[in-house]
Amino acid sequence: MNKDKYKKIGIATFFVLLLAFPIARKYWNRYEENYSAEARHSQILKRYGFYIQNVAQQVGINFKHHPPKLDPKLNNIMPIVADMGASVAVADFNQDGWPDLYFTNSEIGTNNALYENMGNGKFKDVASDMGVAAINTANGGTSMGAVWGDYDNDNYPDLFVYKWGKSMLFHNDKGKGFTNVSNELPLPKWMNANTAIWFDYNNDGKLDLFIGGYYQKDINLWHLKNTRIMPNSFEYAKNGGRNYLFENLGHGHFKDVTKKMGLLDYRWTLAASAADINHDGYQDLILANDYGVDQVFINEKGKSFKDIGSTSRIGFAPKSGMNVTLGDVLNQGHLDIYITNISQPGILIQGNNLWMPQLGKEKNDLSYHNLAEDLGIELGGWSWGAQFGDFNNDGHLDLYVANGYVSGKRKGNSYWYDYSKIAVGNNSIINDAQNWPQMKGKSLSGHERNKLWINNGSGGFEEVGKAVGGKEVYDSRAVALADLWNDGALDIIVANQNGPVMVYKNTVGPDRHWIGFKLIGMKSNRSGIGAEATLYWKHHIQTQIVTGGNGFCSENQRRLYFGLDKDTTIDSLVIQWPSGIHQVLDGPVADQYHQVIETK
Amino acid sequence: MSENTIVNSLKRWIPIYTDKRYIAPIFITLILIAAELSFGILEGYPKLATAILASLGTELILGKIVTGKWRNLASAYVSGISVAILIRSPMIWPYALCSIIAITTKYVLRYKGRHIWNPSNFGVVALLLLASDSVAVLSIQWGNNVWPMLVIWVLGFIIVWRVNRLHISTVYIVSFLFFSLFRSWMTGNPFLGEVAPITGPMYQLFIFFMITDPKTTVSSKWGQYVVPFAIAAVEMVLRLAFHAVYAPFYALFIVGPIAMVIEIKWNEYMEKREIKPAAS
Repeated sequence: MNKDKYKKIGIATFFVLLLAFPIARKYWNRYEENYSAEARHSQILKRYGFYIQNVAQQVGINFKHHPPKLDPKLNNIMPIVADMGASVAVADFNQDGWPDLYFTNSEIGTNNALYENMGNGKFKDVASDMGVAAINTANGGTSMGAVWGDYDNDNYPDLFVYKWGKSMLFHNDKGKGFTNVSNELPLPKWMNANTAIWFDYNNDGKLDLFIGGYYQKDINLWHLKNTRIMPNSFEYAKNGGRNYLFENLGHGHFKDVTKKMGLLDYRWTLAASAADINHDGYQDLILANDYGVDQVFINEKGKSFKDIGSTSRIGFAPKSGMNVTLGDVLNQGHLDIYITNISQPGILIQGNNLWMPQLGKEKNDLSYHNLAEDLGIELGGWSWGAQFGDFNNDGHLDLYVANGYVSGKRKGNSYWYDYSKIAVGNNSIINDAQNWPQMKGKSLSGHERNKLWINNGSGGFEEVGKAVGGKEVYDSRAVALADLWNDGALDIIVANQNGPVMVYKNTVGPDRHWIGFKLIGMKSNRSGIGAEATLYWKHHIQTQIVTGGNGFCSENQRRLYFGLDKDTTIDSLVIQWPSGIHQVLDGPVADQYHQVIETK
Repeated sequence: MSENTIVNSLKRWIPIYTDKRYIAPIFITLILIAAELSFGILEGYPKLATAILASLGTELILGKIVTGKWRNLASAYVSGISVAILIRSPMIWPYALCSIIAITTKYVLRYKGRHIWNPSNFGVVALLLLASDSVAVLSIQWGNNVWPMLVIWVLGFIIVWRVNRLHISTVYIVSFLFFSLFRSWMTGNPFLGEVAPITGPMYQLFIFFMITDPKTTVSSKWGQYVVPFAIAAVEMVLRLAFHAVYAPFYALFIVGPIAMVIEIKWNEYMEKREIKPAAS
């Protein structure tokens, strides 16, 4: 054999090895997945430290979400347009120490539900009795989500329901009922809102309200003038709904300060979260926008907001932002930002993003790196809500991500081909819903399982959702976390579009410890929203924040919850209140909840 | 100094001024720069650098091993940039792998001394088929605006006209429009919905860089009319029968080498026919 032949054989072998690499990688991943699935039958608790069970029916929560039935002109793509509205918000509305749950519905004539936690492991829907059930009407529009915040500092969280229609504010009458006080908010007659959060942007001790718009505010989706309602770009759309910032003036009055504060914008906003990311004492605002870049608004001492999305890298590349959630993923004493997007193998892989601040640059020139891939929490699916929480009490934050867009009747019948045709089109084509191909019952990233990633504490996550009991598959939207049974385990509540809610009761191994804190503001807002608490224990540090809405159409329990692993000796909890007050709690006792009142 | 003297000086010192091999690299670089500055399509430079360096490195190494010479890198550079633009993955390795596969095909998949697959087309299709869990192809990342689209179309047409490939692109576009009408009639979907894909960036690269690649397109004039029509026809079948999202890449992957082999065979046959009468 001559030299040339050896060369040819060598190069041909090299070529075959190149082609074999992705195949081998795929099979290796499948092997690892099967290996994890087998563990379900043996020692889940020993291996993962916890397991979850969907107990919604057993505990009396039988709520099912119904999507809106919109103008028949949208029939060709109705499931895509009527694709949101399933939400969950946690609050102890009657201040009895047990977290309650509020779910929204989206079809005209359906009721929202307020499940009171009876404290005996059961829940009871009291929404009708409380006056917050029958609010989905032809004239007023239907609910997209809700968020709790004690805007008048009377200790009882009030309820804001954002809608495709006329959004509503309810005052909590000391846990005995709710009064509709929507007229106190200078809301437009109609808006198509898909996110809202409470936060105190000017540190005056009163909660202000941010609302993010999705479809243009003048569009009534039940009675369309024309079908030119869709985004004018899949990546750079600016024809979405208007955002609003309402300043709380006190005595139940609010003022629209959106334009004054530099927040007037018309992107397709789906999620918002607030935190003092540059440590200047004021809450900044992070927005996840569909069909475009995400935004990071730095709060300039309560005088205005400045968008640094592009320079911070968070808002540089346009994706499909669905969710913003915050968590100290690597126990470094600062908050990282997790934003979900779309990933469909072989078609569109945007990947979810975990934005970690470049240390040393927090104050000036904020810059972030996306470490989702490095940590293994990048590929979810068509991802919506996500929340960080320590599910196995090992002292590291884990992650739950809701997935799935539209599930058709037949699993293999996909709309992705049709969707990809229209998605690349010129804006004059895609903007008109009539140009979109018929869905005809097809799926679009449907039948996707939610992801539950546990944090190994060494810079990596492992997906264990199915193995620990999360086997249900729906088109999930919102996720909220709360210790519903006050038993030292974070439970997971999932609101599904056009489906029943899931309440995953969490059981944690007995050798794992925990501690929880309920923060009560005095100079700061009473809910303590915006307070950042850092726990120090046995060479560990972890920072958490009290939020007034977080994730996608969701709100966690207000209490902060820390897993401690096997250590029960806690050094201290350091709280930075929005008022600027710095408070230290020395040696709190593990395995119980503590109430912390802001010092004067 | 006269104008001619300036031009002659430029020709001497800047060979790319007249060498057609550099037109495509320059054009694709301009597109890349414009797209990155306006839309940030690259999401950072490591992926671009990986794709280009892998492409150039493979060309240098394999070229040296096989031919004993250092190869001109213009073609590998275009392949590298094409991969960086077309491949969408949150991971780095697909960019390197796609580039290396693309260049290696030039040395492995040869017929009668010619490589028959468009390198970046083969690389993209290979990854779509073998690594679909990690890879997608450019789809909506350049916005959906009219003006950038028009600029790229106009520039594209100028370039393919300059390299005598205008008819290939034109036949493909006309065929695509015709088949869009047919698909719309067949499926009942809006015509504009069927036409929409060709207004996007994926098709712009496909039309101006892939199907016009001199090394992997047939050389006969009639063949250059038939082949793009055949690509569009196969693409239509793939769309209708298999709902293939990346149908044009698959169509070129199938039609391109078949056309090349047919032409090579045909040329051999004609050569034999010409030799026989001469011998007799």
